[in-house]
Amino acid sequence: MSIDLSQFIPVFLEESFEGLEVMESGLLNLEENDAEAINAIFRAAHSIKGGAGTFGFSNITDFTHVVETLMDELRAGRRSCSDSLKSVLLSSVDCIRLLLEAARDGTACDEPQIKQVLQQLEAELSCDNEDKVAIVSNELEIIDLSSSHVPVMETLGWVIDFAPAPHLLMTGNEPILLMSALADLGQLVTNAAIGLVPSLDELNPEELFLHWKINLYSDCSELAVREIFEWVEGDCSLSVFPLQKSADVTSEESVTNDPVAPEMTFEKATEQPANAESVEPASASFETLSPKISSDSPAAPAQNSRKNQADQGSIRVGIDKIDGLINRVGELVITQSMLGQVGLEMSDCDHPGVERLNDGLVQLERNTRDLQEEVMRIRMLPISFVFNRFPRMVHDISSKLGKLVELKLSGEQTELDKTVMEKIGDPLLHLIRNALDHGLETPQERIAAGKTESGTVHLNASHQGGFIIIQIKDDGRGLDTDKIREKALSSGLITTDQLLNDTDIHDLIFVPGFSTVAEVNDLSGRGVGMDVVRRNIEALGGYVAVVSEEGEGSTFTVSLPLTLAILDGQLIQAHHEIYIIPLLSIIESIWVSTGSLNAVVGRGCLFSFRDEYIPVISLSDVFGLSETPKNFTNSLMVIVEGGGKRAGLIVDELQGQQQVVIKSLETNYKRVEGFSGATILGTGQVALILDVAGVIKMGLDSSTSRYPHAATKDNGHLLAKANI
Amino acid sequence: MATVLVVDDSVSLRSMVTFTLTKQGYDVVEAEDGEDAFNKAKHIVCDLVLTDVNMPKMDGISLCTELRKLESFKFTPILILTTENSQEMKYKGKAAGATGWLVKPFNPETLLSTLKRVVR
Repeated sequence: MSIDLSQFIPVFLEESFEGLEVMESGLLNLEENDAEAINAIFRAAHSIKGGAGTFGFSNITDFTHVVETLMDELRAGRRSCSDSLKSVLLSSVDCIRLLLEAARDGTACDEPQIKQVLQQLEAELSCDNEDKVAIVSNELEIIDLSSSHVPVMETLGWVIDFAPAPHLLMTGNEPILLMSALADLGQLVTNAAIGLVPSLDELNPEELFLHWKINLYSDCSELAVREIFEWVEGDCSLSVFPLQKSADVTSEESVTNDPVAPEMTFEKATEQPANAESVEPASASFETLSPKISSDSPAAPAQNSRKNQADQGSIRVGIDKIDGLINRVGELVITQSMLGQVGLEMSDCDHPGVERLNDGLVQLERNTRDLQEEVMRIRMLPISFVFNRFPRMVHDISSKLGKLVELKLSGEQTELDKTVMEKIGDPLLHLIRNALDHGLETPQERIAAGKTESGTVHLNASHQGGFIIIQIKDDGRGLDTDKIREKALSSGLITTDQLLNDTDIHDLIFVPGFSTVAEVNDLSGRGVGMDVVRRNIEALGGYVAVVSEEGEGSTFTVSLPLTLAILDGQLIQAHHEIYIIPLLSIIESIWVSTGSLNAVVGRGCLFSFRDEYIPVISLSDVFGLSETPKNFTNSLMVIVEGGGKRAGLIVDELQGQQQVVIKSLETNYKRVEGFSGATILGTGQVALILDVAGVIKMGLDSSTSRYPHAATKDNGHLLAKANI
Repeated sequence: MATVLVVDDSVSLRSMVTFTLTKQGYDVVEAEDGEDAFNKAKHIVCDLVLTDVNMPKMDGISLCTELRKLESFKFTPILILTTENSQEMKYKGKAAGATGWLVKPFNPETLLSTLKRVVR
């Protein structure tokens, strides 16, 4: 029978990655005598090793074995947890992660790093007390013995003398089953000796008094025979010798053992008088450990999310099933809105069923919405999954930079969609690294500036409407406005005649091309990759902004939609085209007249809204929908906010509000500036969803020159190509 | 057919063992740690226990000791799954009343052929 084990590999990998999290957080907070934490780390390593062995990842088994050995010694109190040990164990966690990832992707992995850490681990192992080494070498000897060469001789079979101890049944072993296992090796001829059986009134039915002499006709090895009796050695006397007349007496043994004083009897190999010395240390080591058996208290539950979930009666479901469910629900929402549309059209109908139909449709809408929310909740996970990666990283980077940092985490239980979570890790990582690298000063600089020696990075997550807000706040030196301005001037991002306030200048670090050069040391890296961070966050429909006070620190705020699957949208019409504006971005909608608009040279049109002037953007101009620029007199304006900026969008008509299923433009077609996705309306029509921040940017760019966006030219082509 | 109580905190290993056994017609009861297993053991009759050693809440050795105190587990074979092929572990197991041990990693074939020694 063959069983394909590969089906269990994904579960093993998932478990092992969780185990690594346990190891990592455990190691970071490890105190000397924290038996519970040490146990949890040990168990995690142990499980990874065991699983890797079972599923055939021998490289992971070998590597983890060394880690496990070290942890085991920590556990047994034979080793103290030094900083060097902790750091090499932390590196080993990284290595195991690499190995697991390679196993997952079926690729080879970074050998030199693994080798290097393995050497460090072995170096840790070898700095050890003497008797431990002695025991290890003895164990090695024993292992050598057990795999020692057993002479294979041409034999008719084996003569087995098997006399179980009276208590054998109490160990759960049963002679009949041992015999039947022997029978699988060849033909058996058994003789039971009944001489020791007491009279019936003295017989204890739970004890054994029979004694067997068995001839086994088989060409199997002695080892195969002994293997069957492996578990009863020590609870019986056993001898095995060849059936043919042979003078080979060494392979005969007769041991009667009292398991209370165990000796070396669980050997598969032939026992030889010569290994009597090697017996000593092993049994000695057992004796030294025997008091530990009783004091081995049941370990405390690991702080493992899986465990906690299991306690609440959870089940594991493949993410593909959930994605399938979400897609189905998305289709259902579309169908429901289509039916809603039909219901509206039929409401003038004079049919007795119309009213009931509309009642049903209202219920359908409510149920669909509830169902969709429930389904979305399945994929929601606490952001702690991402946050938990950071303590380790901060620990590593700060020690490399020689800075003192306290990382504060709050709001870890804030939930967001798994798909968003998977994509947000890297941008956050970059922002934190940036805060450590460029935001925080060295301890000396901090003291000189009259601050505490150790800096603080605070990571906070919270919900705000349909968004999750993640703040990365440091109390470092803040952004140097003058330096950034200089930098931007020299790299041609801004011109000298541009009037920019501090916020605008700070915002420049996100502009592509604002990379820094080595000679501006204290600024080096601020902005390197920041454009990528912003782009990635905006690709998720979110935005990032920075607020900074020189000398006081900076706060980066990342806002992300909770889910990438569905949004509440406002349908609007601009020049025969229907677009969707996310409801969350809309502040209000108003009628405007020419009088309330101010044309400003070089800045297009401005509208005075709540004590600030906001740019006015015509959608039909921005998307190039009509040849003639739009006249703003008596138009409908939707005031929106996106990417930290506000603007008034001029539209022709407001239509209904509805929930729409987001279909990705990027996956089905390509990224289109100004749009975050598309959806299918109840009418079957495809409508594009506005990326408000993108549209505002386009509007500002085109306020001086007509924006040559090819949305119309693109639309037909886009919809033909897009498989949505 | 025999009922086997499979105790391991690793889901992947547990599913592998369960899958192997059920395919052979064994009935399987799963438990995720010693404590869980002990609670389940009180209410079932089983013909074999397979338990891992290192588990949260209650390890395999303690589980073995506890099970042997139950009348219904007096003669039940209890096999310890261990990654250490070490004497120490075998002594500990024996002292706690274990029937035998299986050294991890094992493949399904080994598992099944070994079980024959203790269960019909």
